[in-house]
Amino acid sequence: MNALRGWLAGGLSISDGAWGTELQARGLEPGAAPDTWNLTHGDRVEAVARAYVEAGSQVILTNTFRANAVAMKGDLEAINRAGVAISKRAAAGRALVFASIGPTGKMLAAGQIGGEQVRAAFGAQAAALSSAGADALLVETMSDIEEARLAVAAAKSTGLPVIVSFAFDSGKNKDRTMMGTTPEAVAAAMVEAGADAVGANCGVGVEFAAAICRRLRAACDLPIWIKPNAGLPKMEGTSVRYGTTAEFFASHYAELRDAGASFLGGCCGSTPDFIRALVIARCASS
Amino acid sequence: MPDLEKLKQALIEGDWKAAAAATQAALADGVAPLTIVTGHLVPAMDEVGRLFECEEYFVPEMLLSARAMKASMDILRPLLAETGVEPIGRVVIGTVKGDLHDIGKNLVAAMLEGGGFEVIDLGADVAPELFIEAAATRNANLVALSALLTVTMPSMKTTIDAFLAAGLREKVKIMVGGAPVTQQYADSIGADGYSDSAGSAVALARKLVAA
Repeated sequence: MNALRGWLAGGLSISDGAWGTELQARGLEPGAAPDTWNLTHGDRVEAVARAYVEAGSQVILTNTFRANAVAMKGDLEAINRAGVAISKRAAAGRALVFASIGPTGKMLAAGQIGGEQVRAAFGAQAAALSSAGADALLVETMSDIEEARLAVAAAKSTGLPVIVSFAFDSGKNKDRTMMGTTPEAVAAAMVEAGADAVGANCGVGVEFAAAICRRLRAACDLPIWIKPNAGLPKMEGTSVRYGTTAEFFASHYAELRDAGASFLGGCCGSTPDFIRALVIARCASS
Repeated sequence: MPDLEKLKQALIEGDWKAAAAATQAALADGVAPLTIVTGHLVPAMDEVGRLFECEEYFVPEMLLSARAMKASMDILRPLLAETGVEPIGRVVIGTVKGDLHDIGKNLVAAMLEGGGFEVIDLGADVAPELFIEAAATRNANLVALSALLTVTMPSMKTTIDAFLAAGLREKVKIMVGGAPVTQQYADSIGADGYSDSAGSAVALARKLVAA
């Protein structure tokens, strides 16, 4: 049994919620790259991580979503290493730390970037996250199968368990990625790429997540990672609001568990309250 | 009469080689370059936009169609210039300061080019001064601003305000778009138009330059 399946021996594992909005609540300037705070405001990043651990997250991520050499500049080795160190300090053995690897933001299909550059960027990030002691690597918010393949290959070369998660937010039924890829195609390609778990994050909201989860579940034998948004952001005057409440989000707990989710958390717009609500829902339903 | 339906089909199917061949064939048959653009390329890209709109086409299909359009335009552009035909508009496009996302912006740029606009693409993380400088020096009549993040949306307002401060706001129409942007937000920052997809951005751009 691999490490990932071992962690799931006790049943569904609850992960964390959004980081960007939590960092903004702690003073991150709009438009600034959250990842750089690992070096400049480590205490505030740690406060976010700790808030999730205290809310009951069994898995927390790292503030390293953009820290690949295509998406941002800076001392990425240090940013990635600090990101893992911060989450590990906050977890203090009470939660696992899965290190976040986000997309490059460039499209291979459009020829905006070459495969070699993408491979090198993900390779360097995965190596830094692994050497800093992450428990697993999470390739997340992917749209493009080809980019995800490169990221998974880079992550796998570290020897850590690798989870890969796509954003399904397009198509009539909001069940395709931006590139038009279905959950079935994602599952097949990621099994082939050697991922240890596959899933869906971000997207358009928790109410669409169960259908996608069921389809991923039916298409492969891997554990399923689910981390939906708290709905889509809406502007109210000059401030941004996410429509979904923690209670509404957690009311989908049983449906998502029954749909086959192995890891469950929230993406954009979710908060530690969402995680607390999920923990309560799990207690209530077991 | 040449088979110009083939050209339209090549664009819709995203076959750039067929598009280039059909363009050459049409020219050889004596069809005016401008007729090819307005009578065939533009309607074809409108259809691509519609397919994207109703979510039958996704980003890869759109990119292929844009590439086919470009293959045809690369042949036609020098001929259009010779005959003194002006593009229907000159648009400066970019992702606003602080925001590094350019996938959506690139799609809109490709669709606008396909729609007959001359596109000056400034890339991502573009400061207000750069938008202003490009619009002024290139004599643009349209500025298109993109933002993917709720946290960078305020840079759209900063950019529009900078056009006001520079006294150039009346010289250009400004359109905005991107995942978190809404019509309501566009109105609140004083933009001239908002579009929720790359396909409808072309129709909006045409409306704005015609106004």
